[in-house]
Amino acid sequence: MSDKRVVRVEVNGAWHDGLVEPRRTLSDFLRDDLDLTGTHVACENGFCGNCNVLLDGETVRSCLMFAVQADGRSLTTVEGLAEPDGTLGRLQQAFHDNHGLQCGFCTPAMLLTAHEYLEAYPDGGTDEQIREAISGVICRCTGYQHIVESIRAAAGGAA
Amino acid sequence: MSIAEQDPNAAKVARETAGTETPRRWLGKSLNRVEDPRFLRGQGRYLDDIKLPGMLHAAVLGSPHAHAKIISIDTSKAEALPGVVRVVTGKDVAEHAAPLPSFGAGPIVQDMIAIEKVRHYGETVAAVIAENRYIAEDACDLIEVVYEQLPVVLDPVAAREEGSALVHEALETNTAYERTFSFGEVDRAFEDADRSVTANLYWPRSTGMPMDTNGAIGDYDRGTGVVTIHANSMNFTYFLWLIAGSLKIPAGKLRLVPVVAGGSFGSKFFMHKVPTFAGFLSMLVGKPVKYVEDRRTHITNNDHHGSDRRYDASLAFDDDGEFKALRISCIDDYGAYLQFGTGTHGNALSQIVGPYRIQHVEYSLAAVLTNKNQQGAYRGFGAEVSNWILERLVDLAARDLDLDRVEIRRRNLIPAGSFPYRTPTGNIYDSGNYQGVLAKVLEDVDYDHWVEYRAKARAEGRHVGIGVVASQERSVFSSTEFWFWFDDPQFTPTSSPESASVRIGPTGEIVVTLHSQSMWGNSPETVVSQVLAEEFDVDPASVVVNYADSQNALPGTGPGGSRYTVMVAGAVAGASSELKDKIRRIASDKLEVAEADLEFRDGGVGVVGVPDRHLMLADIAMTAYMFRLDLPPDMPSGLAAHCTYDHPLTTLPNADRSDLGIFYPFVGHAWHIAVIEVDIETGKLEFLRYAAVHDAGTIVNPRTLDGQVIGGTVQGLGTALYEEILYDDLGRVRNESFEHYHLPSSMDAPSITVGHQETPSPYTAYGIKGAGEGGRMLAPAIMSAAIEDALSPYGVTVTSLPISAEQIVEWATGPRSD
Repeated sequence: MSDKRVVRVEVNGAWHDGLVEPRRTLSDFLRDDLDLTGTHVACENGFCGNCNVLLDGETVRSCLMFAVQADGRSLTTVEGLAEPDGTLGRLQQAFHDNHGLQCGFCTPAMLLTAHEYLEAYPDGGTDEQIREAISGVICRCTGYQHIVESIRAAAGGAA
Repeated sequence: MSIAEQDPNAAKVARETAGTETPRRWLGKSLNRVEDPRFLRGQGRYLDDIKLPGMLHAAVLGSPHAHAKIISIDTSKAEALPGVVRVVTGKDVAEHAAPLPSFGAGPIVQDMIAIEKVRHYGETVAAVIAENRYIAEDACDLIEVVYEQLPVVLDPVAAREEGSALVHEALETNTAYERTFSFGEVDRAFEDADRSVTANLYWPRSTGMPMDTNGAIGDYDRGTGVVTIHANSMNFTYFLWLIAGSLKIPAGKLRLVPVVAGGSFGSKFFMHKVPTFAGFLSMLVGKPVKYVEDRRTHITNNDHHGSDRRYDASLAFDDDGEFKALRISCIDDYGAYLQFGTGTHGNALSQIVGPYRIQHVEYSLAAVLTNKNQQGAYRGFGAEVSNWILERLVDLAARDLDLDRVEIRRRNLIPAGSFPYRTPTGNIYDSGNYQGVLAKVLEDVDYDHWVEYRAKARAEGRHVGIGVVASQERSVFSSTEFWFWFDDPQFTPTSSPESASVRIGPTGEIVVTLHSQSMWGNSPETVVSQVLAEEFDVDPASVVVNYADSQNALPGTGPGGSRYTVMVAGAVAGASSELKDKIRRIASDKLEVAEADLEFRDGGVGVVGVPDRHLMLADIAMTAYMFRLDLPPDMPSGLAAHCTYDHPLTTLPNADRSDLGIFYPFVGHAWHIAVIEVDIETGKLEFLRYAAVHDAGTIVNPRTLDGQVIGGTVQGLGTALYEEILYDDLGRVRNESFEHYHLPSSMDAPSITVGHQETPSPYTAYGIKGAGEGGRMLAPAIMSAAIEDALSPYGVTVTSLPISAEQIVEWATGPRSD
């Protein structure tokens, strides 16, 4: 295969070096090279959004990006949302309190997508706005309603 | 109906857990799920998250043709690719493995890799084991297969005709199974009835489509000969030995380890293709091998596409709206294999008359083989389809009589005083108050307001429609539904138990072991924690839950048919009862009071009415484990109990199958009302109101039940409006990615109000009934009804799903000219 490239990324506040093939997806890099398996891949085509991570604060499909494209950039994955001692972050706690997850597979992407949304709409906005914000992440379990309620609750709760 | 037919152990559990005067302490509360935190932190440990030392990776080559002979396979280029460990074809399977398990009849053989010919698009033709998945997929592209294409069988009606190409030559026909069941005097009832309606209805092929696809890691230990398979399959304790048969190893040498699944919805119900495959690959190379379906393979080559049915259905009724008889004829397109048999039609027969007093029923089935992916389970397991058929007929009857759709249903509901109610097929409905559920949903939604609203909107030229539908929700299958189809079935299992092991350790902590699954989106850990909290008055969050592998598992059946909560609660209650007896004896000794004066409270045992005379579970457990001489003389050390809880109420079918027996008796009931507005120019739907009321007996956790109802409903909306696996004229799947297979998004889903009524089952632990599938049993029927109502000015009758936006526009404005 083609020559490997060095990639250096900041993930959840810590810098990581990797030696990867240029074609290695960001999702595989996170999951297999960095053992951050909280990022989940469900369609590999960019349609379901289950692999969403934050790249410099904005959601990206990690299955559609190559790891080398993230070189020098800053990533947040679900593993970065809880406090260092494991205490659930505000959004995570809101999902827990409002039954915002069932099988948990889309949950990391939902949390990160909601995180991005609440940065832009700290007061939570309307249900319609929340629904639009998460419409790129497919959940097969919940029917979304409790996810919407979780995000609204997180906006209303203490930071 | 005599309760003497009940399983004696289950009857004891039912007695001991029946409602008490005081409210329950922990059951019935919307507690946060104990499963959640690890998933919220991204520590779920799904199949693809697991790495074993030295693990290799597999990818598969799927057939580009729907029906073709395999003339030759050249693997040399693939084998030459650096990083490739082995290329595997049907030849290896023929040499080293036996066919996959099948619950169908006749010579319908399926192998994990096609051997002589392929029978559907995407069927596995070869596999590559390599250092990583990238190389494995690269190598698949280098495999050269020469095919000879065969005539493709796609239309199940044409497939039944003389001269059609055959999917399985050995069967000598494409009709794998055909039978008519008759209950009561159907012909006479149709003749005597004042009226009847008939409809030809089509239910499209879709699939459960969990976000986490099927996956497994095979790990063959050459030293011991044990094949360990980590898999996100469920129900592994039920038919595990069949997988061992495919691998040609003794069942005791197979160890299945259940792994968390990111959703199933039927698609992982005894899912064995992938685990068998991974085990086989591992045996070939003597190393761990991971195989996870990609989305394309999951869509084109999974274990369980859903029902694909053409119906000719009729309902006979009198001028006053009283239903008399039901006649249903179905041609079901099973695809290329009959792996899971005709159980989904057995399921339909458990509640074929819905909540209505219909006395006479005829049900004909032709199960047809075609060149498509095999059919199996999808949430509802066939009963969601039959409910759509029934509710369609009821709406047509209401229209025929010009009778209100609520009123015609109300007139036919089984009255509250008639339970347990025996349906014409022989299955019973254990308990119910259907009139109560109807009254509640009408009140919750303010039905009269919306009828008025609709009238005003219509006067303004708007297209507002109301759908009102009911459904039964049968729960807890017994195995007879899989074989009562046959006069001389080859295998007639009657067991479908569930087991639980409860251990109170020396320091008082409760550890539970479950025996047939891992967590897959349901809430098994929350359920058992709430049950144990109820029994011992401990904090549910303190309960530890783990899952046995198959070599350590007690009898189990696993999730499916909304059985798990009922069955695992029974098993945990049974084990708790045994432990509580022992604890009472120890406490009675220590506190010097009669056992009858003791109660479980505050994480221990106390004397009734004496707050300070109390022992913690830890005090008792430490004695039980460490101080044998302080125990009553005949009592052995330890504090652990196992309970295998059998199906509480099931009976055999009779010889001529005019009575199918009791096989799905814990039956919930639900009504949904939807108010929608249709934009006839775009076909877009807007939900103005969506309300559901369900009666699932005693509720363990109202909020998680709401989650099941809402999630199931939205999944049913997908079936109603968007989802269909499309095969082209050559039998190739046209929508093999999410780009063209649309799953409901947050913008498509309504906000749903969920209400509950609780009519306990007299037969189950605590009176719980299953409730995982109800939403999908109602949503297709309600969308059909609501759209039909909104488009009533155009005389629309919904007879097939999904109802696309294009279809709505065409109904309202005529076919598109562009």
